[in-house]
Amino acid sequence: MNIIRKLLGGLIPQRKSAKMARERLQIVVSHQRNDGGDVDFLPRLRHELLTVLCKYVKVDKDQVNVQLQRMDNCSVLELNITLPAPTKSSLSELDEVKAI
Amino acid sequence: MVKPNSKVIVVTSGKGGVGKTTTSAALGAELANRGYKTVVVDFDIGLRNLDLIMGCERRVIFDFVNVIQKDANLAQALIRDKRSENLYILPASQTRDKDALTREGVEEILTELRKEFDFIVCDSPAGIERGALMALYFADEAVVVTNPEVSSVRDSDRIIGVLNSRTRHAEQGHEIKKHLLLTRYSPSRVQRGEMLSVEDVQEILAIPLLGIIPESPAVLNASNQGVPVTFGAVSDAKRAYQDAVARLLGEVVEDTSQKGWKSMLLGGLRLFSRSAV
Ligand SMILES: Nc1ncnc2c1ncn2[C@@H]1O[C@H](COP(=O)(O)OP(=O)(O)O)[C@@H](O)[C@H]1O
Ligand SMILES: [Mg+2]
Repeated sequence: MNIIRKLLGGLIPQRKSAKMARERLQIVVSHQRNDGGDVDFLPRLRHELLTVLCKYVKVDKDQVNVQLQRMDNCSVLELNITLPAPTKSSLSELDEVKAI
Repeated sequence: MVKPNSKVIVVTSGKGGVGKTTTSAALGAELANRGYKTVVVDFDIGLRNLDLIMGCERRVIFDFVNVIQKDANLAQALIRDKRSENLYILPASQTRDKDALTREGVEEILTELRKEFDFIVCDSPAGIERGALMALYFADEAVVVTNPEVSSVRDSDRIIGVLNSRTRHAEQGHEIKKHLLLTRYSPSRVQRGEMLSVEDVQEILAIPLLGIIPESPAVLNASNQGVPVTFGAVSDAKRAYQDAVARLLGEVVEDTSQKGWKSMLLGGLRLFSRSAV
């Protein structure tokens, strides 16, 4: 009984492990190819976003959050920007921006 | 004059410890066996090992960086193998200064080597940093050494991306020829479903297969002695490397590596009949 269980326990998970390796690789490799294996652009993206934002609103450096999340067949780029409480003047500035 | 058919082949992988140096030595020695004048160049600056694997560690006087920095000329740095007059090695330097490899310096040396040699085999360091990029930049063909294991396959995929974009040929709009060499392969473990199969790896990496080198005690044995596998005694690994070289040269070779002991027997018979001819 024990021997059989050992044999089964030894065999069954192993039989699956190569298959798991293949499936995990397929996903990781497809992501890698999509972004050229390169997520180094995130810091630059954050920096450039900040420069553009600063033209229009006063934002704090720490209030810009950029995250890349990988799903099975797509990636989600999440931008989270907290704007300061609007003052009157900045509101009218924003209206100007909208008008453009 | 540059030899018209002179070829620069980079042996690369991304991941370390997968068998690049073993492969560089084995391919170089077998090409020499077949009469091609061949040099194996160690690009692993700071961690030279090719000299040990090829058994000439006590004959290193000058190295790659000495030549780049003009402290020695190429002829002084090249070491001729004692077992074959067709085989040479250019050892890496042990300097810690990785910037010692300049692109101009590497180009100059490779241009010189192209005048003399049919094959220039470049043993790449691991990683995708300077040393590895230098080793592959001037390559005409690449051998991507991969183990049937997730991290090695992933790194190979990255290095294939680099080969597609960061070689001189790529910059001029041409693709270089890439070959998959699967090493440390264990058919019995594949059969039991414990190890990625050739088909799995090929499907993921999608480059043509050059060969399958089995996990073999002959490799450690050869490295203990400083003998390239293909200069050593008959073994499964030697056979597999010989077949890989045949394919590299464009020959069609039947694949026997995946069958069990029956093929070993048949392989032995085949070897026997070969030598009987
Ligand atoms: N086919 C093989 N069978 C058994 N051991 C191997 C095989 N290929 C390589 N090795 C071993 O793996 C280790 C790393 O090999 P090496 O050629 O130095 O890799 P790399 O140059 O990619 O770092 C060495 O100990 C070597 O003996
Ligand atoms: Mg090495």
